[in-house]
Amino acid sequence: MADSHGHGDHASFAHPAPVKLLLGVFFALVILTVLTLLLAGNMGPFGFVVAMLLATLKASLVMLFFMHMFWDKGINIVAFLSSLLFVGLFLFMTLLDTSHYQESVNEFPRAAPAAAPAPAPSQPSPSP
Amino acid sequence: MAVAENEHAHDDHDHHDMGEFIAHHFDSPEQQFDSGKLGIWLFLVTEILFFSGLFCAYTLWRNHHPEVFEQAHVFLDKYLGGLNTLVLLFSSLTMAWGVRCAQLGNNKGVAFFTLVTMVCASLFLGVKAIEYSHKWDVGIYMQTSEAGFAADYKPGHHEAPEGTLANQLGVSQYLVYLSAIPAVLLVLFGGLGGFLMMTGKVPLGKTFIGLAITVIGYFAGACLGQGYMIVTDGGVGGHAQVAPADSGPLVLHAQESPVGAATIDEHAEEKPAADMSDKAHDEGHDHDADDHEHAAGDSHAHDDHAHDDGHGHMHDPHAKPKKFDRDVGVFFSIYYCMTGLHAIHIIAGIGFLAWILYRSFCGHWRPDYFGPVDYVGLYWHIVDLIWIYLFPLLYLID
Repeated sequence: MADSHGHGDHASFAHPAPVKLLLGVFFALVILTVLTLLLAGNMGPFGFVVAMLLATLKASLVMLFFMHMFWDKGINIVAFLSSLLFVGLFLFMTLLDTSHYQESVNEFPRAAPAAAPAPAPSQPSPSP
Repeated sequence: MAVAENEHAHDDHDHHDMGEFIAHHFDSPEQQFDSGKLGIWLFLVTEILFFSGLFCAYTLWRNHHPEVFEQAHVFLDKYLGGLNTLVLLFSSLTMAWGVRCAQLGNNKGVAFFTLVTMVCASLFLGVKAIEYSHKWDVGIYMQTSEAGFAADYKPGHHEAPEGTLANQLGVSQYLVYLSAIPAVLLVLFGGLGGFLMMTGKVPLGKTFIGLAITVIGYFAGACLGQGYMIVTDGGVGGHAQVAPADSGPLVLHAQESPVGAATIDEHAEEKPAADMSDKAHDEGHDHDADDHEHAAGDSHAHDDHAHDDGHGHMHDPHAKPKKFDRDVGVFFSIYYCMTGLHAIHIIAGIGFLAWILYRSFCGHWRPDYFGPVDYVGLYWHIVDLIWIYLFPLLYLID
């Protein structure tokens, strides 16, 4: 603590990231983006999982090096990552009861049999 | 060493150790920095939770109605989205580099990298403006009524009415409306910057000139996007090339796009299509109604889409008559909310970056005082981070 009153010293709390590291992370991100684009639509049922994994990998790179999490204090990391916990809770709780009302989702007019399109032609007609 | 490299004459206020930027309730620059850093991390937590509401809406809708997402995402051009991803990643690099410069007390470096970051942010918005205006051209809006997407969707090329600026430039009229704001800002920032420079307020003047350069970035992005649109004939995502599925529990008895169906019929005549017949009879008056609607009010009054629709659908030899789910528009409601909120964050970010730019012209950053650059940097990276997830979620649905 005392030396942070520094007289020309590097302030102890600054961790300048090496330029090479920043450039390396950037090129890794570009490669991952191109990979995401190339794989899109070619992965069949795994497409979504692969795209999310690649996005998470990119996000981790950004957080670790661009956002200096690699050098950051534990309290900051815990504070930030706790948000993911709450997002998880949020999504989990919201999705928890979907099967409960799935029937009404299925029965909503848009899923009605072909006889239903009656409202379709009538919709534009009020305008003339 | 502790003194900033930038040797402004008016900048010799390092008369005591800590500089002038330490608030009285902090013991040391490090304590001040750490407090601010925890504060900004907590703010980022609220940002994540803020966006998570929209991500939740997305998850729920995609969970219930995957077919809507499959139909809708083809209207988003993944290459334009990819381009924007790269632009944002590059801006993240320059931001991180700017933070590094601040930590080393290199104010000129901070100014340079901050400006590059701002220009990239603006460029992103320019590309986004092309995407938005093209969607509005073909009638893709938020779902506002029951008929929604199916009633509004009008595929094909849309030229602005004759005699308008948009028509002369060969761009969407919506793009002209959108670009009016940055055009005014460009004049304002340029004029203000020049005026402040002449009256001796150099750091502020430079900041406004930096903002003017930033706005030029918007036009560069718009030109880039427009060039892409011209080269790809309306963008790969401009036309629904993928025929929606015909089966599944919830599929598609809802409304059909009257115009879309009519124009696609023209090209589908040679193809055996079982469900053509039941559609043909209600097209006649629908088409009239639709034309009438056009003439009544919007920008496509001169646009006779009966014959210039052809280009879009030529791409796909297997084009089938398309029925769009009535609720495809809900995807775009989510799309506009998510990307719109993200764009608002970008605009706010440009504002914060301008503040950083101003202070680096003042030569404020030193190895023991670079907090604000770091904090704005963290905010900027979170904006990038959200886009990293938005891009595959919205553009790359299989």
